[in-house]
Amino acid sequence: MAKLFRFLPLVVFILLGVLLYRGLFLNPQAMPSALIGKPVPEFTLTTLADKERTVTKADLNGKIVLLNVWATWCPACKSEHPYLVDIGRNPRVALYGINYKDDRAAAQRWLRDFKDPYVFSLFDVDGDLGLDLGVFGAPETFVVDHHGIIRKRFAGPINGAVWQREFLPLISDIEAEIAQGS
Amino acid sequence: MMMTKIFKPLTLLLSCAVLIFSFASSASPVDTFVFKDEATKVRFQQLSKELRCPKCQNQNLADSNSPIAQDLRLIVYNMLQEGKSDSEIVDFMVYRYGDFVLYKPKVNKMTYILWYGPIGLVIIAGVVIFMMLRRRAGKIEQTEQELSAKEQSRLDDLLK
Repeated sequence: MAKLFRFLPLVVFILLGVLLYRGLFLNPQAMPSALIGKPVPEFTLTTLADKERTVTKADLNGKIVLLNVWATWCPACKSEHPYLVDIGRNPRVALYGINYKDDRAAAQRWLRDFKDPYVFSLFDVDGDLGLDLGVFGAPETFVVDHHGIIRKRFAGPINGAVWQREFLPLISDIEAEIAQGS
Repeated sequence: MMMTKIFKPLTLLLSCAVLIFSFASSASPVDTFVFKDEATKVRFQQLSKELRCPKCQNQNLADSNSPIAQDLRLIVYNMLQEGKSDSEIVDFMVYRYGDFVLYKPKVNKMTYILWYGPIGLVIIAGVVIFMMLRRRAGKIEQTEQELSAKEQSRLDDLLK
């Protein structure tokens, strides 16, 4: 028994090594959304394009809805924009924007200059909807299923690899659920 | 000559001074909130320290300058002015941001290792050291006896 003690530092070292190795592949910044499995929060906001038009969550039509949080002050939103244009054309999803804590005129100009990929954008000037969604920065994208339940929150800009890895599998799963009638 | 003599104690004094004064300094953001009473102000300060900034995740709401922290501090202030309780405010934040928003983690099954791990490790280390010391004490007695036996035979040889 006493002889085995001499292996204790080695064992501790190996355990620590395994733990730290795993840690290399974890993202310390990743904050899992608390909204997963919960319905999209209620809101009453104007659209970005028309300040007379008020919408609620009933107006988010589509089997699979993507809510993209964006703003003109967010440089990463500019970099993900081309991919959003593609996603906007994708018939499998309906892409809506949440213009987060932004200036209406500047945001409208931005969409005019770079193309508007959204069905429409919500004008969340105070960030109230963002707060209810647990948003802590832009860009963020939420996947909402056919029951209005939030299935995923991706924080960061979308690109080809991200779309393949983070979104496509979930979209296929939801489509399968719809096909099965659940 | 004089310089080298005072160098050591002077360095020591200055290092202590830097250490002590650094405890007093902290760059926190300045909010200009007016509270309805002193108790509410204390609750605000307490909650700001217990909630984490979701963006600058190593800081609590009290210390962070990021826009989201300013927004959340404002929310806490408004909820306090409305008369909400501390637990209502905390639940509000946790509903939206998850358990991670609590700077001081909850004590539940998932966090037992976090809370009790360090003291557990100290206890294990203490036990290991104790057992090693006991073994070493035993070894020393053995070698003393051996030496005695060896020395004894040498002595006999010398005396022959």
